Parts: sequence; C-alpha cells; structure tokens
Amino acid sequence: MTTSNSLVYLIALPLLGAAILLLAGRRADKWGHILGTVMSGSSFAVGLYQLSQMLGRSNEARPVTQKLFEWISVGSFKVDAALLLDQLSICFVLLITGVGTLIHVYSISYMSHDHDRRRFFAYLNLFIAAMLLLVLGNSYLNLYVGWEGVGLASYLLIGFWNQKPAYATASKKAFVMNRIGDMGLSFAIMIAFATVGTVSFEGIKEHVHHTSTGALTAIGIMLLVAATGKSAQFPLQAWLGDAMAGPTPVSALIHAATMVTAGVYLITRSNFIFDAAPTAQLLVVIIGAITLLFGALIGTAKDDIKKALAASTMSQIGYMILGAGLGPVGYAFAIMHLLTHGFFKAGMFLGAGSVMHGMNDEVNMRKYGALRKFMPITFATFGLGYLAILGVPPFAGFYSKDMIIETAFNSGGTKGIILGSVTLLGAGITAFYMTRVMILTFTGKSRWDEEAHPHESPLLMWLPMAVLAIGSVSSGFLLSRGDALVNWLAPLFQEHGEHSELLKPIVVSGLALAMVAIGVAIAFLKYSRQEVASVAPEDVSVFTKIARQDLMQDRFNEAVFMRPGQQLTQVLVKTDEAVIDGAVRGVGHMAMGSGSLLRGVQSGFVRSYAALILVGAVLLIAAIWVVTN
Amino acid sequence: MIDLALAVGQTQTPEAVMFWILAPLTVAAAFGMLLVKKAVHSAILMASVMINLAFFYIAQDALFLGIVQIVVYTGAVMMLFLFILMLVGVDSSDSLTETITGLRPIAITAAVGFGGLMVSLLGRATLGRPAIGLESANANGNVKGLAQLLFSTYVWPFEVVSALLITAALGAMVLAHHQRIQTRPTQRELSTQRFRGISLANAAGLPAPGVFARHNAVDVPALLPDGSPAANSVNATLEARGDMLATGVFELGKIDTSAGEEK
Amino acid sequence: MDAANYLYLSVLLFTIGAVGVVVRRNAIVVFMCIELMLNAANLAFVTFSRINGDLNGQVVAFFTMVVAACEVVVGLAIIVTIYRSRRSASVDDASLLKR
Repeated sequence: MTTSNSLVYLIALPLLGAAILLLAGRRADKWGHILGTVMSGSSFAVGLYQLSQMLGRSNEARPVTQKLFEWISVGSFKVDAALLLDQLSICFVLLITGVGTLIHVYSISYMSHDHDRRRFFAYLNLFIAAMLLLVLGNSYLNLYVGWEGVGLASYLLIGFWNQKPAYATASKKAFVMNRIGDMGLSFAIMIAFATVGTVSFEGIKEHVHHTSTGALTAIGIMLLVAATGKSAQFPLQAWLGDAMAGPTPVSALIHAATMVTAGVYLITRSNFIFDAAPTAQLLVVIIGAITLLFGALIGTAKDDIKKALAASTMSQIGYMILGAGLGPVGYAFAIMHLLTHGFFKAGMFLGAGSVMHGMNDEVNMRKYGALRKFMPITFATFGLGYLAILGVPPFAGFYSKDMIIETAFNSGGTKGIILGSVTLLGAGITAFYMTRVMILTFTGKSRWDEEAHPHESPLLMWLPMAVLAIGSVSSGFLLSRGDALVNWLAPLFQEHGEHSELLKPIVVSGLALAMVAIGVAIAFLKYSRQEVASVAPEDVSVFTKIARQDLMQDRFNEAVFMRPGQQLTQVLVKTDEAVIDGAVRGVGHMAMGSGSLLRGVQSGFVRSYAALILVGAVLLIAAIWVVTN
Repeated sequence: MIDLALAVGQTQTPEAVMFWILAPLTVAAAFGMLLVKKAVHSAILMASVMINLAFFYIAQDALFLGIVQIVVYTGAVMMLFLFILMLVGVDSSDSLTETITGLRPIAITAAVGFGGLMVSLLGRATLGRPAIGLESANANGNVKGLAQLLFSTYVWPFEVVSALLITAALGAMVLAHHQRIQTRPTQRELSTQRFRGISLANAAGLPAPGVFARHNAVDVPALLPDGSPAANSVNATLEARGDMLATGVFELGKIDTSAGEEK
Repeated sequence: MDAANYLYLSVLLFTIGAVGVVVRRNAIVVFMCIELMLNAANLAFVTFSRINGDLNGQVVAFFTMVVAACEVVVGLAIIVTIYRSRRSASVDDASLLKR
C-alpha cells in the first residue's frame, strides 16, 4: 500500500481556514469569504493531484495511507490517527471539495448582505474539513471524529440565523436526532472492538471470516442506525425538512450533496460487514425502500420549495441506501447515483436559492409562477437538474437511477419484484413532484406578492449553478461510459456471482421512462391546466393533509417519544423535588435545627467556652478512667 | 530559707512536716484567689502560691527550677501582672455574682469530677511505686544535669523556644503599639481651639476635680453651681473603670455644718 | 512520705485554677488562674521527675515556664489593647463573637 505525505493537506487547509476565520474575528470580515473559498479550492486542487497520482498506479497500489500520529494506545488496543485515500474516498473527496468550492463561490454573493458572512465561511470550511476526515479516516474511530464534526458543522449552519427561535429549534432537532444515529455508530465501534478487537477497516476486513454472524449482524444494524440518522432515512428522517432553516447554500452542500450521503458512504465502506451479515443487509434494503417512497410522498405535498427538495433528497438517498443494500452489485451504482445526485441536487438547491434571492426570500411555491422569463439562467440550470433527477436520457439520473432500478429487479425472487416495483413507483412519484415544482415556480401566471421584483442572480451565483448543471448533464454519461466507475471501484468490493437477469436493461429503462411520463402527465394536468391557488387549499384529501404534515413523522415522534419522555421527566422532576430535594432540604433543615439548638451554647462569652472545654476534659478523662480501669 | 528547705528535703520526715504545713497554705491561697474581690489581692495570693511551689520544687531536688520559680515567676511575671493591674485600675473590685446562668454549678460539678477522676487515675498509676529519687541524676549538681540535657537532647526545642520568646516579645510590642493617626496638636493649636471654638465655656480650662474646701482628690468630680457633678472635671479613665467617687455626700443640703456651728 | 501527695496537691491546684478561669470575670484574674494551672502542671512534672529518677521532667517544666512567660507577655498585651478600646478588663464585655 502506498504512503503519502500530502493527504493531510486535504483536511488541514480548510481546517486552517476555519481556525483563522473564527479566531481572527471581525478583523477578517473584509477578506474572510475569499480565504474560505481559496482554502476549499486548494483542498480541491490537492484532491485533483491525488487523483492524477492514483490514476498513474495499478489497481492494487491505488489506495494511499498516511499515518499522522499514534492516537490511542491502551493495552492491546491501538488506534492511529491515520488517513486512507482509496478509490472510494477519492470520489467523495472530489465531490466534497469540488461542489464545496462551487458553493463557497455561490455563497460569496448569496451571503453578501449578511453581516456574519465570515462566520458562515468559517463554518463551511469546518464542515469541509470534518467531512473530509469522515471519508479519509482509516478506522471507524477516525471516521467517528469526522462524523461528529459534520454533525457539529451541520448544527451550526442550520442554526446560522439563530436569532429566529424556529431556526434555533430546527438546529437542535437536527442535532438531537443525529445523536441517535451517533449512538448507533458508537455502539457499532464498541461491538467491533469487543468482538473483533480492532476498529480499523483493514483489521475488521481481515477478521471478518473469524467473526460470528451474530456479532457482524449487530455491528451492521448499528451502522445502519448511524446511517439512518445522518442520511435522514426512516425512521430518523424528520430532521431534514426542518434543516432547511439554514441558508440555502448549506442546504445545497450539506443537506443534499455531501453530509446526508455519509450514511451511504458508511454502508458502502462497511461492505465487508454487510456482505457477511445478510440480515443486516436486508434491513438496509428495507429502510432504503421505505424511505424512497416516504420522501417522495412528502415531496408531493410540500409548498415550500426547499422542503420539497429536501423530501426529494430523502427519497434519492433512499435509492442509494437501497442500492448499497443490494450487495456487491449495488455498491458502485449507489455511489454513482450519489455522485450524480450531488451534482443535480446541489444545482437545484442553488437554483432554489437563486429564486429566493430574487423573490425576497419567499419560499412558498404558490407565490411564484412565471419566473422563467425573469430568471432564464436559473430556469435553464434548474431545468437541467430537473431532467437529470427524472432520469431522462441522456442526463445523469438516467444512468445512475436506472441502474439501481435494474439491480433491484435483478436481485432475485419476490424480493426483486417488490424492490423493483417500489423503485419504479418512486421514479414515477419523483417525476410528479419535481414537475410540480417546475410548473409552480417557473411557468403559469405570476402569483407574487406585490413587493416582489424578480431578477436574475449575479454572475458569482449563476456560474456555480451553470457548472453544476453541466455536471447534471454529463456526469452520468461520463461515469458509466465503459462501466468506468464500476471498474474503478471494483477492487474494493467482493466479486459478485452471476445474478439472474429478470428484465433486460432496455425494458427497465422503458418502464422507468413510462412511469416518469405518467408522473409528469399527472402533474401537468393538475397544475398547468388549472389555476393554482396562492394559498394552499384546505379542502384536500386526507392523504394530502397527512403528506403535508410529513406523513405524521413529527406527530409520531411526539406521541411515541416526546410525550412519554415529558411525562417521565415530570415524574422525575416530582421525584427529584420530593425525594432528592427533600433529602437535601431535610439535611439543611436538620443542620439549621441543630444549629439553632446549639446556638444557645454560642453565647459569645469566653467563660462559657472555657466551661465547655472543662466539661470536655472531664469527659475525656472519664473515658481514660474507664478504659484503663 | 533555701537552706532550710534543702535540709528538710534530705530526710523523709522533715519533708513531710514541710509538706503538711505548706500544702494547706497553698490550697488556701489558691482558693482565696477565687474568692477575693480585688484583683490586687488575687495577685498577692498568687505570688504566695508560687513561692510555696518553689519550696516544693526545692524539696524535690529541683533546685534550679525552684530558684527560677522565684526569680522569674514571683519576681518578673507577677510584677508584670501588678503593673498591668495598676494600668487597669488597682482599686477596682469585681462583683462576684454570676451573670451567666448555670455556669457556676456546671463549673463546680465539672471541677469536682475532674479532680476526683484525676486523683483516682494518678493514685492508680503511682500507688505503691516507690520514688526513685534524683540522687544519682543530681550527682554532678542539679544545674549541671539540667544543662547537660538542655544542650544535648533538648537543644532543638531550646532553640525553638528561644525563637518563640523573641516572637512573643515582638508580638507584645506590636499589640501595645498605638499608631497615631493624627498629628499631635501643639499647644498653640489647643489654645486656638479653646478660644475659636463654638463656645467659650472651656476657655479658661476644664474645671478642676475635687470639692472645694471639703474634699480634694482627682477621683471626685467638681460640683457645678446647681450642685450637680461636672463630668468633665475628672479623667475619663477613672470614670470608665468606675473609680469615680459619688458626689452625693457633698451636695449642699447634705453638708454637715454642725462642726462650724460648734465653733 | 509518698511523693504522690505532691501529685494530689497539683491536681487540686489545677482544678482550682480551672474553676477560676470559668468563674472569674476580670481578665487579669483569669490569666492568673491560667498561670496557676500551668504551675500545677509544673509541680506534677517535677514530681514525676523525682519518681522516675531522671531530669527530663524538670526540663519539660522549664520549657513550660518559658512558654508561660511568652503567654503572659502576649496575653497581657492583648488585655491592654482591649482595655484601651473598651475601657474594661471584663472578659464578658468582649463577647462580640455572637453578634
């Protein structure tokens, strides 16, 4: 395995940027955004350099490691702070730094009116550093540091405008729900240490054959819990919608393109565990399938453009998780969809940001309409992203999503048919709600508020959108040409056996396109032919109402976790007051009572003290008298 | 007297005679200390207790300590006590009534218990043990024997104790030192103050103490024309410690004038 | 004569001194009673010295005298200081600790 000394710069540069920006304070206000962008950009440059080096080596020599220092050394338990850059990591590194840099550029303009722009860039840099550590760590423990780091950065950025109580609450909600996932990851690490004796990827991979299936299943399920938390999968998905409280670039970078895909990375990285634990793998597929429908259904009812996109993100990550759960055949497609999704979803989020920028931060799509003429560039980039997510050939989503659908169908037996149908249905619903977003935002009649003056965004904003749009168009084709990505990643995954081919690729593509066409047609009929009310109608079906409330996820959490938790807390408070405080106060009262009794003795007269000493001496001597008798 | 005490110490019987004469005297003097009203009397009784103790020391072959007892205690320490007594008020007598309720019975009960227990304990510890005596230890003389111990075994405590003495002396000086916080007024300033003050009442000086032609002492306040005592004619210290005589007997209506009429 | 008689005398004197400390209010008398207690202890030491046949007891008594002298010096200085500020040598008047 090759070693390198330059891996650390990937993380160190943005981390340094964050440190400088945070420590320099207001002095850095003038040039902070530029420094942040440069740091992110130079990290991207280092990533490109690493890629060029990697391309020049043979398959076996491609992974690169760098040991930073010996971190933990307790008895037989040794963990180095070491970095590992292999074919999987480099995909993430380039996605994070590349999309990250574009979003830095976008933010320079988007946040230009915010007096805390420097702090925003510091957090962005911090996020980039933490996310890179997450994907570069060579052990679960190193990954965990990055995992928590991105959680922190996400918390800080969701609550960036924490002067609004709702936003602060949203950031807390995201943080707390992520904690549940983090618990899963820490449990996974503990189980791995207890059963395998090591926490490094290499070490566990070597020992996987000597480890009981039960332990591997436990680790797998715990890793899945972690993934559901970070990637907003069922049943820990509720935070993602509220996370849209953060500035739009944050939604694009963290809550669409990179951080929320960390769960996919985790499962793909742990492929050796899931391959050896079929039960856990099956659970992964089930979670993915549930979430992809769940997110899609929520997306159909949302009027808030960012929340609709967030629901879409949830659904798309469901696709990835499902793909990753399909085993060796699916990993590469999950990663491919992750990369293409990173382009088109980031692009669409930036587009949404651009629309909001032009519409006085209005997020309600029912107040948009007819923006195509006023924002041609935004419309174009958003439209390309739209075509990509729908899976219209030859745009990016066509290659990646169809691969997952195809793999789902081909996974064999009833399972294959169910999964395939779910993914197809998901594709149809995706088409419906994305078309709805397009129609409501860009076409039809204008339903703006009176003070809205829509205008195209400045260069620094539309340039990143354009670059991402190019990615949305071309990335799928480039990555799948000659199975480029599949072959690139192949050395990391086990050889997969022959699988039955239920449906031919061309049939799958046909089916998928048909579903998409149906979805688009329904949306077109429902929203383009009829007037769209600028206020959400109330006389809607029960299903719409439920979908508007995020399929009751918050209600469910409140009823199942929050209320009993509050009651438990109240009981505990009462117990605390009665028993513990009672005991404490009792001690206090006892001390006060005995004090007021003894106060009589403290007369202040020296002579009474002397008399007490005398009495004490008598007692002492009496004791001696008794003892020596 | 020392010779006598030494001679008494040589044999058993004379020592017993001395003990049975001096011990009751000592105890009586100690009791007297508790019972007399005037502190000066207490001090005198204390001195006598100390002198008696010196006899006991010498009788028990502690010649050096006996001398030191007389020189240091009876001579220096008791003088110090008397000196302070003079400062505080040699004539003042204390009331012996107890002001803290229950203190006296507690003290006496505890003291009786204490004494009884100690006597019982000491009796248990020493009864039937013949005294070895100090003949061999004092073979080279008591002072030499003590000196040998002091400057060999106990040389370190000796040094420490000397440091303690120095510290105590310094401490006493610091405590007794009175820091003047204003400059002492000169005679000129005092005189200006008298005449430029609010009233000229004291311009000619404070009234002198004593009742003219009847009684003359610094502890008797002068009488004002209406017969009431003039408080500022007597030193405030005397007044504070209660040594000021009442003037009632010198008031006009009560003056015994019969002596003059007889003439 | 039994040397223990001196010890009994010493206990008696010590007890009288202790009672004096508690009962008397004049600070100077209280001090003298403390001196009486120290002297009683000294008598016991001298007697122990005689009973045991070595001079260690006398050395301790000597040290006691030195410490007693120190105590008198400092104690009397304190009395003078208190007297100067409160015009009273009664220990009951210096009972501010309670308030």
